[in-house]
Amino acid sequence: MTLSVQLKRRLGAFDIDASFQSSGGLTALFGPSGSGKTSVINMIGGLISPASGRVAVSGQVLVDTAAGIAIPRHKRRIGYVFQDARLFPHLTVGQNLRYGRWFTSPDHRYANLEGIVDLLGVGHLLDRRPAALSGGERQRIAIGRALAASPRLILMDEPLASLDEARKAEILPYIERLRDEMKIPIVYVSHSMQEVFRLATDLVVMDNGLVTAAGPIAEVALRTELLPQAEQAEAGAVLDMVVVDHDPAFDISLLRSAAGDMRVPGLGALPGAAVRLRIRARDIMLALDPPGRISGLNVLAGKVSAVGPPHGAHLDITIDCNGQPLVARITRLSAQALEISHGREVFAIVKSVSLDGATAAPTKRANTMEI
Amino acid sequence: MPDWLRLSPEEWTAVRLSIKVASWAMVASLPLGIFIAFILARRNFWGKSILNVLVHLPLILPPVVTGYLLLLSFGRRGPAGAFLEQCCGIVFSFRWTGAALACAVMGFPLMVRAIRLSIEAVDQRLEAAAGTLGASPAWVFATVTLPLILPGIIAGMILCFAKAMGEFGATITFVSNIPGETQTLPSAIYTFTQVPGGDAGALRLTLVSIVIAMAALMASEVMARRIGQRIEPE
Repeated sequence: MTLSVQLKRRLGAFDIDASFQSSGGLTALFGPSGSGKTSVINMIGGLISPASGRVAVSGQVLVDTAAGIAIPRHKRRIGYVFQDARLFPHLTVGQNLRYGRWFTSPDHRYANLEGIVDLLGVGHLLDRRPAALSGGERQRIAIGRALAASPRLILMDEPLASLDEARKAEILPYIERLRDEMKIPIVYVSHSMQEVFRLATDLVVMDNGLVTAAGPIAEVALRTELLPQAEQAEAGAVLDMVVVDHDPAFDISLLRSAAGDMRVPGLGALPGAAVRLRIRARDIMLALDPPGRISGLNVLAGKVSAVGPPHGAHLDITIDCNGQPLVARITRLSAQALEISHGREVFAIVKSVSLDGATAAPTKRANTMEI
Repeated sequence: MPDWLRLSPEEWTAVRLSIKVASWAMVASLPLGIFIAFILARRNFWGKSILNVLVHLPLILPPVVTGYLLLLSFGRRGPAGAFLEQCCGIVFSFRWTGAALACAVMGFPLMVRAIRLSIEAVDQRLEAAAGTLGASPAWVFATVTLPLILPGIIAGMILCFAKAMGEFGATITFVSNIPGETQTLPSAIYTFTQVPGGDAGALRLTLVSIVIAMAALMASEVMARRIGQRIEPE
């Protein structure tokens, strides 16, 4: 699946001018409220029309204003999960789930209703009315309803924004299963860093109607300056790693990636499982010599590949660890004392990691672990 | 049952005719009523306010004026009446069909108003959601909009029916007061009050009118409540 988007439209006081490409997986549209994210997916889904632009999914052109193409929304086969669920109040949960299936031609039908009901764990709700559901249940049904129409792409507009933390934790694994097991391409609008880092394979950062960065999440995450001020503390590199061993005596898992091996406690994931670690820039210390006799388990050797602009008392240093970049946030004072510059060999001491997305079922999710 | 409550055959005829006329007025004007309510609620077009005024006019005009206008246009010599008689053999003047037409015209504004309000209350975001699930605009209307406005449609039908049952001025002007053909309940009551000794008949038909009106209201209440439970919003 490839998604290619190029859209322009005036909206209220500002102009949206968004272009990006994505190749399947989960593409997160990230940005502050009012940055035009929802308008972009509304144009992809055909809920509003662009002034000019082009949208193509897997080579099929859905909109091309230059060629006069604008496929109406009911023929696009693009599912949409709204922030406010929008279940049909006059239908039961089961009828809601079957609604879109009815309009899908048999050639395009790939969704299996029982499979979806199982995947979302909603079998016991089928005879209820939407009014009798909790917020989390409603959102699960909304996801199932979009999925049951066998879409080629699903748009999600902050599907978790109206839910509390417990309900969010309830939904997140289902979205991961959509991404990993059903391989449905998803475009996911969010202003929550945690959701984005946990779910996204690709990241498109928007600000004021414009795309400021787009690409695989591991690349875009390194550009810490793109994040809004309020989220700066969460900035850091994303590493997709594989569990290679688990030591039950100490409850330590051994993870492997290009950057080197890491030991993480309390992961609970079995060997072979893929896990995504986020290492916040502020959780990395830099040393010029290999540190000995310290409690930190994870020391990664690398070379400074970029020194970011100073912000306040700090600097963000990008370190290339055998091809896998990390970002460390240190004070300007330390940078001067260590004579940090491009190409300098350093050792990154990782103090803690956030476990963001695991395809296996670890006991703890989205937790930050001191190591 | 006391004897004075027993309806004479002529009175039964008036009751049956009234129900027939009102039912036809209600059912025949429903599709147009939904269509007009929908375009008034959702579409913007040139002449929208003129259409709105035209629909509401019978509510404000003296019924006799409406009846006279119907006589002019749908009478045998009227342009619409002559055309309909030639092309389809439909005759309105001095027939029960004319009474139904007069009642439909008089009840139409009430019906359109109730349906329009319910269409305006429909959450259009639900319709957009149905579109993303593959439903074409016509299917969206049939599967989402229509079920959601059902209480409004029922309210509109009941209002139209009640208005039709009570319609007097336009009916008597347009199709006169012919027993067995155009003499509806109000006309029959009026006739009773014009003859000596007609009090008992007028009272009987008045009671019948009250019973029919109350039954219609209660039926609509029950139906609206049952549907309301089904479609209460999240």
